[in-house]
Order: sequence, then C-alpha cells, then structure tokens
Amino acid sequence: MFNPNELTTAQAAKGAAMKARIRVTLKNGVLDPQGKAIAKALGHLGFEGIQDVRHGKYIEVTLAATDAQAARAEVDRMCRELLANPVMENYYFELEDA
Amino acid sequence: MKACVVVFPGSNCDRDVARILAAVTGKAPHMAWHGDTVLPKCDLVVLPGGFSYGDYLRSGAMAAHSPIMRAVIEHARAGGAVLGICNGFQILTEAGLLPGALMRNASLRYVCRDVTLSVERTDTIFTRAYGNGEPITIPVAHKDGCYFADEATLDRLDGEGLVAFRYHGAGSNPNGSRRDIAGIYAEGLRILGMMPHPERLADPALGGTDGAKLFNSLFAAFR
Repeated sequence: MFNPNELTTAQAAKGAAMKARIRVTLKNGVLDPQGKAIAKALGHLGFEGIQDVRHGKYIEVTLAATDAQAARAEVDRMCRELLANPVMENYYFELEDA
Repeated sequence: MKACVVVFPGSNCDRDVARILAAVTGKAPHMAWHGDTVLPKCDLVVLPGGFSYGDYLRSGAMAAHSPIMRAVIEHARAGGAVLGICNGFQILTEAGLLPGALMRNASLRYVCRDVTLSVERTDTIFTRAYGNGEPITIPVAHKDGCYFADEATLDRLDGEGLVAFRYHGAGSNPNGSRRDIAGIYAEGLRILGMMPHPERLADPALGGTDGAKLFNSLFAAFR
C-alpha cells in the first residue's frame, strides 16, 4: 500500500515542491465593470444586500523549492514582473508545501 | 524610411500596416517574428493590432516579455521611433515604454466603429501631416481599450503635452478612458501608442484616408 510518509531516496533527492496560491485584485478606486456586472446579475437572481463585487484572478504556481524564504522572494518577483500589473492591480499570495 | 513590423502569435493587423507602409515608403517593411532577438537597423518599429498570445493573463502582457521586445526596447532607448496600434499600445504599456494600462471597456463590449479624434499636437513625427489640427476619423476595434493611469500620471501627460489623440465630441469615447485619451506619447515624442487603427482607414476604397496621414508624417520625418 502507498504510504506518503515513506519517501524513497530518489524522491527525497528530487527536493520538495511548494505551491504558491496567488490572488490578483484591482486596486481600490480602479473601475471594475466586470464586478459591477456580476453584482447586477446577483441582484437579478434575487440575492439582496449586495454592496459591492470586485472581480480578480487566482493563480497557482508549483515550484521546486526547499527554502520558503527564497521561494517567497521568487514568487514576489513573478508577481511584480508578470502576474500582476502594478499600475492597476494588487497581489497577495500564500506558500505551502505541495 | 526603413520600417519594421513585429509579428506576434495572434497579431492580425500586421499585413494591413505592412501594406500601407509599403504604399507610403515604396518598399515593403521588414517583418520580424516575436521569437527573433535582433531587429534590422530601421527608423520605425510598429507593434500591430491583434490578440497576441490570445490576450492571456492581460492584453499585451505575454508579448511584452517575448524575445523581440528586448530589441524593441533597445531601439526605443537609442531614440528610434515606435508605433503601437491597439494591441501594440497594450504591449507598450505592459513593457513599460508607455505609462498607464489599457483595461476592459467600461461597457464590457467589444467596440468596432469609426471614432472622431482630436489631434492634440501636429508637431510630432507622427502627426505633422495633420496640419490644420482638425478632428479626424479613424476606426477603433477593441475590448480592452479603456486607458487608465493615476491622477498624477494623467496630470503629467497633460502638462507635458504627451496626449496624442483624444476621443472628440460628447458621447464619442468608446471605452470610458480617463480624460478621453485615445493615444499617448512617451517623453521625447518618439514612441506613440494609440487604440484607433490608422492602417484601417488609409485608402479611399475603404471610405477615408485620415489614417494614411500618420504614415505620411513618418515618411516625411525619415524620408
């Protein structure tokens, strides 16, 4: 039977993987017409009390890494250079063992 | 004038712009592929309209980091002229050659129609053929054309005369852009990004030639 706790030597040598769960959202004050359309549609469905809807993106990146601090710096750079546009977007992410 | 048109996977106005460049300059422009790492020596680089990389992530985001863009940025830093049309404008902002960003149209709709533009200044290499400064007609065709920048950036663009074109007249703004901006220059006035498509209204057979004057201006500048 497979036991996830019993890693073979080969598997251990490959190194651990980490997963970054990244959320990209529009900055406050940036017009979000998609969010407005979603809010309207929720109203049409009968949901009451919708005050605001903001629409964003969710991205998962799995990377080979053992050092969480280095991985964090790497993911931060990914966000700044490609995954988010700092002109209009903010980003947040969590790191966990994959 | 030696011109070069960059072709990305998903570009769809590259041949239209090549056609008008050939008509104006008398020679076909060089077509560079996105994977190329060098550009031939040229006066003008055009980033054409289309949907590079399927608009994945954000319009222009992938193309801005493709291999050819390093050469385009070098060309721009050396004072070479760059024209980004529609998706090309989006790519220029994503690459940091122009400030701001192009966001989803306020209407959430793809808009394809002629718009009237005011030419904000007629003393640049792109606009000198629009001598009298009268409004011009050029079509737009986009879903992500809503120009956004923070107030400080907008004030700087206005203050330094870096707004190239504005949608002209009440109700003419097709996308909700800040301050009705349709096109902007980088400092130095050698880099222009614009959402409207001048290459699409550059032949009498297509109903107008206002777009052709932009290419005539460039030809006059680099003749």
